[in-house]
Amino acid sequence: MTDLQDSKLTEFEDNDQKPVGFGRMLRKEDARLLRGRGRFVDDVQLPGMLHLAILRSPFAHATIVSIDTSAAEASPGVKAVVTGETLKGLGLAWMPTLSNDVQAVLATDKVRFQGQEVAFVVAEDRYQARDALELIDVEYDVLDPVIDVRKALEPDAPIIRTDLEGKTNNHVFDWETGDEEETARVFAEADVIVQEDIVYPRVHPAPMETCGSVADFDPVEGKLRLWSTTQAPHAHRTLYAIVAGIPEHKIQVIAPDIGGGFGNKVPIYPGYVHSIVGSIVTGKPVKWMEDRSENLISTGFARDYIMRAEIAATNDGKILAIRTNVLADHGAFNGTAAPVKYPAGFFGVFTGSYDLKAAHCKMTAVYTNKAPGGVAYACSFRITEAVYLVERIVDALAYQLEMDPAELRLKNFIQPEQFPYTTKTGWVYDSGDYEPTMRLAMEMAGYDELRREQAEKRARGELMGIGISFFTEAVGAGPRKNMDILGLGMADGCELRIHPTGKAVVRLSVKTQGQGHETTFAQIIAEELGIPPADIDVLHGDTDNTPFGLGTYGSRSTPVSGAAAALVARKVRDKAKLIASAMLEVSVADLDWVKGAFQVKGDPGRSVTIQDIAFRTHGAGDLPDGVEGGLEAQICYNPSNLTYPHGAYICVVDIDPGTAEVKVRRFIAVDDCGTRINPMIIEGQVHGGLADGVGMALMEMISFDSDGNCLGASLMDYLIPTALETPDWETGYTVTPSPHHPIGAKGIGESATVGSPPAIVNAVVDALKPFGVRHADMPLTPSRVWDAMRGQATPPI
Amino acid sequence: MQVPAPFEYERATSVDQAIGLLERLGGSARLVAGGHSLLPMMKLRLADFEYLIDINDLHGELGYIRLSDGEVRIGAMTRHRELLESDVLAEVFPIFRDAEKVIADPIVRNRGTLGGSLCQADPSEDLSAVCTTLDASCVIRGPGGAERVVTMEEFHVGPYETAVGDSEILTEIRIPRKLERAGSAYAKVERRAGDWAVVSAGAAVWLDRGRIVDARVGLAAVGPNTTGIPEISAALRGHEPSEELFQVAGAIAARSCDPVTDTRGSADYKRHLADELTRRTLRKAVERARS
Ligand SMILES: Cc1cc2nc3c(=O)[nH]c(=O)nc-3n(C[C@H](O)[C@H](O)[C@H](O)COP(=O)(O)OP(=O)(O)OC[C@H]3O[C@@H](n4cnc5c(N)ncnc54)[C@H](O)[C@@H]3O)c2cc1C
Repeated sequence: MTDLQDSKLTEFEDNDQKPVGFGRMLRKEDARLLRGRGRFVDDVQLPGMLHLAILRSPFAHATIVSIDTSAAEASPGVKAVVTGETLKGLGLAWMPTLSNDVQAVLATDKVRFQGQEVAFVVAEDRYQARDALELIDVEYDVLDPVIDVRKALEPDAPIIRTDLEGKTNNHVFDWETGDEEETARVFAEADVIVQEDIVYPRVHPAPMETCGSVADFDPVEGKLRLWSTTQAPHAHRTLYAIVAGIPEHKIQVIAPDIGGGFGNKVPIYPGYVHSIVGSIVTGKPVKWMEDRSENLISTGFARDYIMRAEIAATNDGKILAIRTNVLADHGAFNGTAAPVKYPAGFFGVFTGSYDLKAAHCKMTAVYTNKAPGGVAYACSFRITEAVYLVERIVDALAYQLEMDPAELRLKNFIQPEQFPYTTKTGWVYDSGDYEPTMRLAMEMAGYDELRREQAEKRARGELMGIGISFFTEAVGAGPRKNMDILGLGMADGCELRIHPTGKAVVRLSVKTQGQGHETTFAQIIAEELGIPPADIDVLHGDTDNTPFGLGTYGSRSTPVSGAAAALVARKVRDKAKLIASAMLEVSVADLDWVKGAFQVKGDPGRSVTIQDIAFRTHGAGDLPDGVEGGLEAQICYNPSNLTYPHGAYICVVDIDPGTAEVKVRRFIAVDDCGTRINPMIIEGQVHGGLADGVGMALMEMISFDSDGNCLGASLMDYLIPTALETPDWETGYTVTPSPHHPIGAKGIGESATVGSPPAIVNAVVDALKPFGVRHADMPLTPSRVWDAMRGQATPPI
Repeated sequence: MQVPAPFEYERATSVDQAIGLLERLGGSARLVAGGHSLLPMMKLRLADFEYLIDINDLHGELGYIRLSDGEVRIGAMTRHRELLESDVLAEVFPIFRDAEKVIADPIVRNRGTLGGSLCQADPSEDLSAVCTTLDASCVIRGPGGAERVVTMEEFHVGPYETAVGDSEILTEIRIPRKLERAGSAYAKVERRAGDWAVVSAGAAVWLDRGRIVDARVGLAAVGPNTTGIPEISAALRGHEPSEELFQVAGAIAARSCDPVTDTRGSADYKRHLADELTRRTLRKAVERARS
């Protein structure tokens, strides 16, 4: 019997051409994920497992006077109640952050943001643990909070980090890049200078799966197994070893299926440590799974930059220089995830895709009584902020010069022959060919036609806007000579083993959170060895079974680990060649590699496949002199540079003049991520990032009232876009391979999140041109757009 | 996962049995209809009740839309989805379908009820604005089968507060039908599909020989409760519909409401929307009445 469903499935499978190498194919992991067979942290059930709930501070800033846990301890099912004082006794009350600051595991002296961890309860079930929280009696002495970041450094501002010895203000760091004097000189000679204050408000990654862990400490073996929602299992293991003093080989970190990360799952959160302590204290496995509000109020946020941008140009639109002054809100603890020498991440790429004479940035970072972090949120280390800054100020310049924003960009692009191009802030762009990408986007959009339509509509009083952004990203951190996180170099390992029958297993140090590693990496190996992707198992996320490396964030998986995978496959191929030469009885020099087999030069009839060779390496009979049995290799890849994807985005919006509602009508995204491994996965990454951009541009923001109460504590208050706010994405591509990457791939994970917000904001501002609007800050909610229409645009913070 | 505090749960088998339970358990008990307002509050621990009395099995008894010449009666357990899909209702009062299209999302609409919406009395609640616009009255039943009928103005006591007592149930909404040509419409501005209103407005007009015999406007999210504005009705009655007239109505709406600034928008903007949406819905309602 063939029913409808069966025939549909077959049709689907037939359409999937299953390339042996690069090309469009269905994701290997989807069968599992779509059929509900994914296994996430919350699916982990261990015998005797207990549940943990965290008591959080209701205040943004308050001294803890006393904590009484007796009623909670007596509550049904409760096994342990732990406070900061308990942890202090164990030397675990504080832990290092990813930026060499410290963060409270549980507050001891005072609480520093609303939602901070104050105590935790371990009980037999989740309800009992939660109920017992209500019975913990904490007496707080409320202090004035620092909420307005602009006032954080005022002399009379309350001091947040009294835990840091000698700290007399809320200053975190000053940072500078570029040449201040030279920039000033170029500005002085410019015909036109445009300045705008640009705010990138605090947003939250809001992954569908919140953060959580299951800790299982075995007191007999002294071994800790930790299932956790982590994008970087190996880095986390090393840090646990350092913090908790458990020897590294006695810690196994397992990141099972992860329901979205976007940078939210890079840091080590106190909750993970709580579950470990809970398991050690009770001798039982302990699960902690935060709820939605906890995720939104306490885990790593992103952005929160207040930027003064200035651009200098000639009258005919040659951009000369850009300078910026940034005030960065880092929250109560500096938990930024960025390479140590880059406290502002890769913000230095704010010079964009343009050939400038000078650039300069000065930044001050401060503490406030808000959740800690400033972590990556699909932003490749602050590139989102940098790209937003440059693309917004370039548009403001176009407005001032009365020049078409596309033309202005085309006029200032770094030219193909200038690559590798060193920017005025010292970044070496590996490759790029910007104009074709821009022209393709304009062609797909029907740019000239759109401008004509806009002119007609304007004449009728209708509001239509066309926004452009052109971005260059710096991803794939990074060369270990200058990039490390807490002393760990940002290289990644890869191990490949070919089984006797020619099937393979590849082990990665990076970890998918939805990006499709199990498919992409199988395709990379397939491309190099000619083994079909279906025959290649991709293992990742378990520190006991995979090589060391720094994990998946900042679009680094393909640039770093992808290179490792290609190179490890080539190592295997080199060995296979020796064996093929013995099998075919010809010299190595007489062999040609045709994907999947070695054949004798000039005699295609004589060949051995990679599968034949694999069997031979494990089989009977001698191998050539000096060649060991087995077909496997391992590698640790240290990238020589970052890779620099680029893209051109065009957004078309319509605004209802009566209600100021913005409708994104069209969005054209042309990406150049170098070599394209699986175009379907690339498009998926782009679609997701674009939707994200709509959210940030139009509705998302974590805001606080003046007491420091978080106003985005649920998905009713913190809005993320739905299918109804997003148009049909129109995607296109160009290919400029990275010259230093073994397969020329550049990374795509964050391109769309980086590139789309400025395109959307530029479109809205363009639509508001009849009202004389040159800038308006995100989120462009109807109310804020209406303000802008009346010349009353205000910053969101 | 957000988990509520412990509570006891019972499924009601009839309206009177439910009232009996309420009478016995008093203020520590709550009815649960669709649960889409009550359960989130309990999970967030903003609300804590010892007993929940589930009235979903009363859908057979309280889920209906009945049309007669003089009025439309809608049972309190009628779900959003049923209101959305009812062609009969869309025929006489298209405002319902307009509103239901922009209330929440299909998952919420599958369960959420008319009664729950009104009893929740959220200031941004859309069906209250619809009922206010249509001059509906509410049938409340109490112990011993005692029934009383109150107007929407009487029903709303304050934000999240209604005239329904501890041991009472809202059973039915009654909407009068007038003889004249009727038209109605609803419009809402939201920051995102499925979000609560920044502001929404409903309008209904009744025309006789080209003139407005009656007109009503109901606004949501611009005051402590959804508000009907008698001054608008007075200004419109007896006139021929025109843009100038709608403008007058819009201006009255803007001046009569009492919005506050919050994350959804500034008070000024909301006032502006009260004006804009009043004009839009009146225009549409007139258009519908004429066709
Ligand atoms: C994501 C989301 C988005 C939403 N968006 C909107 C929106 O845009 N516009 C909008 O108007 N609403 C919106 N809502 C609310 C939704 O319409 C709710 O379903 C509705 O407000 C409550 O109806 P319910 O049947 O679920 O009531 P419940 O949650 O079951 O009950 C609500 C209250 O009413 C009481 N109650 C229920 N029935 C009766 C009765 N017959 N007699 C006496 N008391 C009763 C209960 O005891 C409780 O106090 C949204 C809800 C969600 C979850």
